[in-house]
Amino acid sequence: MDGLRRHKSMFLLPGLLTLFLIIIFPLLFTIRVSFSGWNVSNPYLDFIGGANYTAVLHDSRFWASITRLILLAGGTVLIQYVIGFGMALLVWREVRGRRFWRVLFLVPMMTTPVVMAAIWQTIFHESLGPANDLLDMLGLNRIPWLTESGPALVALMTVEVWQWTPFMFLLLLAGLLSLPKEPFMAAAIDGAGTWRTFWKVTFPLMAPVSVAAVVIRLIEASKLSDSVYVLTSGGPGSSTETPGYYLYIQGLRDQQTGYSGAMSLIYLVLMSVTLTVVAALLTRAFKLKGDS
Amino acid sequence: MRSRPYPALVAVAAVAALTATACTAQSQEQQKPKEKAALFKPGSEISYQKYGKDYPATKVKDVPGPCSYEAISRKDYSGQTLKIISHAVPVIGEPTQLHAKQFEDITGGKVEVVNVPFGELHQKILTPLQAGQPAYDVMFYPSLWIGDMAPYLAPVPKKYLNTPGMKDVTKAYMDVATWDEKVVQYPVDGDRHYLKVRTDVLKDPKRQAEYKKATGKDLKVPTTWAEYQQIAEFFSGKDFDGDGKRNYGSAEVTKRDDLTFSAFISRAAPYVKNADVEGGVFFDVETMQPLINTPGFVRALEDMVKAKSTWAPGGANFGLGDEIFSFGGGQTLMSYSWDDAFIQAQQPDSRIRNKVEAAPLPGSTEVYNRTTKSWDKNANQAPYFTWGWTSAVAKSSSHQQMAFDYLCFFSNEANTALDLTIGRFGVNPYRNAHFDPAFWQKQGWDKDAAESYVRTLSGMEKNPNRMFDLRVPGVNQYMSALANGVAAALAGQQSPQRALDDVAQEWFEITDQIGKDKVQSAYRNVVALEDNS
Repeated sequence: MDGLRRHKSMFLLPGLLTLFLIIIFPLLFTIRVSFSGWNVSNPYLDFIGGANYTAVLHDSRFWASITRLILLAGGTVLIQYVIGFGMALLVWREVRGRRFWRVLFLVPMMTTPVVMAAIWQTIFHESLGPANDLLDMLGLNRIPWLTESGPALVALMTVEVWQWTPFMFLLLLAGLLSLPKEPFMAAAIDGAGTWRTFWKVTFPLMAPVSVAAVVIRLIEASKLSDSVYVLTSGGPGSSTETPGYYLYIQGLRDQQTGYSGAMSLIYLVLMSVTLTVVAALLTRAFKLKGDS
Repeated sequence: MRSRPYPALVAVAAVAALTATACTAQSQEQQKPKEKAALFKPGSEISYQKYGKDYPATKVKDVPGPCSYEAISRKDYSGQTLKIISHAVPVIGEPTQLHAKQFEDITGGKVEVVNVPFGELHQKILTPLQAGQPAYDVMFYPSLWIGDMAPYLAPVPKKYLNTPGMKDVTKAYMDVATWDEKVVQYPVDGDRHYLKVRTDVLKDPKRQAEYKKATGKDLKVPTTWAEYQQIAEFFSGKDFDGDGKRNYGSAEVTKRDDLTFSAFISRAAPYVKNADVEGGVFFDVETMQPLINTPGFVRALEDMVKAKSTWAPGGANFGLGDEIFSFGGGQTLMSYSWDDAFIQAQQPDSRIRNKVEAAPLPGSTEVYNRTTKSWDKNANQAPYFTWGWTSAVAKSSSHQQMAFDYLCFFSNEANTALDLTIGRFGVNPYRNAHFDPAFWQKQGWDKDAAESYVRTLSGMEKNPNRMFDLRVPGVNQYMSALANGVAAALAGQQSPQRALDDVAQEWFEITDQIGKDKVQSAYRNVVALEDNS
């Protein structure tokens, strides 16, 4: 029996080994690195205690980037959810060219983020880009898309929404397609209209999928850095700098390896706690809505 | 019985020793190329056309010497592989690839080139060097990283230092390649910031009259930043070249994580580089007190903030590429940075070809004196030898001779002459022979453009009040902090003084982290370049 158990355990070994190599080891190594003074001119795993953690706690640029991320991630995911749900509802029922629309809606998600950000950078180019040309045609003032804080944030959010709404659409459409038919039939028999059916039946039934979709997108959005890199480099000033991009500057460009290790761990803990709380709150909110 | 293991141990040791000797012999054997028949005759005509239609049809003569096509093609490197890391295509990355292909063709060796974006180049080069891994034999990188790279670089051997091409490199660029009295970087480019202007506007009598009427001043190439601002403001928003589109006064590199720090230093140079004050511009070399928040630097940042009104739409987010195409494409009246925008403007298909001139960076009417803590009221101009591309061979490379031969070939007279004419390559004059107006006139430049270009560049070499980059370990961190401060002021998030105070504080912390003695010792090299120029 022991021999059989040992043999069975052997089947788990490749998976466990992979898990260790790609998740556990890098995490343990990052923890070790975060207690070292490893930087561009001191590439050694020495031990400096919690100095890096203390420095991160006093790094106002890091905390400002966290606040900015909350706005960016919260705002974009909410917009993605609303648009994605709308699009999913549109192609959920029998509509003409349903397959075509479904594929078309997925195109942005299939584009490489850096390529897509570079295209949007051209669109928002203040002299040559079509965004300002369009405003000209409409008789509106040109907007300094990438050189003033407010418009730069709007530009960044636009790119995020454009790229990731299809993901939301995909998850929500899958959710809609898996809903049971009976509650809708019951609602129809009771004479409920479209809006009432959506609000009292569809929306509550979609609660588990909605929570999962929003949380998955929040996790992804919390890593926002590639489009920042291409579109604004964190500017103007530091008005679009996100923690992911700041980590890139500290860790990869300035090679503050120990410091960026500490920063990434603090960021990881913060995000894990925040997203767990958000997920719990969303579940509760949707549940309350369903109960009512 | 007890003695039995010893013969076995001796045998193992002997095998190990023999293997080691064989490997060493093989490694030495690998380093030396075999001789073969030359593929080129001395003085052959060289052109890049067979490598693609994107290259000009220009032909030059192979100049005899140890780095020539003829000499290098005598070497047989078949069976050896050279690994090179360079910047992304086209700037320096494209010539790296092109010359690698040519080197393969004429020596039979294999050359693998990895091109990486600017933001990743430092880390991709330095990390393997620090870990002792021979990831790359040859590295192309900005010369200001010398403070980080020097411990890992193989000094350039005497036989390459004695080549005619190397002996013709100007003193400034040999200084840039030198660390602790050893030449550790192989010069392949010479960079500096200077001013570029549109002569079809500045020399147009109608425009001159308009300007005189509006300002009471003569319209001429600006010699101070105040004049630059006034001219840029006057012409900004006007269609001065009659193409139906608005033009603007100034194009500058302003994107935070692009090369804004260099643009800012160009603006600061005449306010902070006082010929009468020795001992450092960025730091007081004796105390390592940062000087970045002193009045000269603050004045420069105030000027830069004011200049925003003269930039094209999007000008506050211009990377180097945007600056090149804004001036080189005819959108703006003036710009200052490296040669690229000027060379772009002088490309055969440019609509402003021969309507441009080069000039020294604007100066100032007063310069800050940090010893008396007051402004010295005298006209000042300080050329800024901002970083250019350089190359080096890793100390850990087992193909050092092949590596140096590649660099020798890369920078031979024929290749350099052709590279200089291709703006996107990012290769700019660095030998005395390059300061010849006739060479540029042969490329189709008119006399005024060619002479202004050569006069500006060679004049910088003679100016005794030169400013160099902060070539110390951790330079990226210092410059990153500076760019962040400049960007905060440009975005209106902080006043120039406050932004630079924060930069000074960060510089303190960076110096502490890296080690004051280490930074100070490196900075003495920079100060020596500036004070003894």
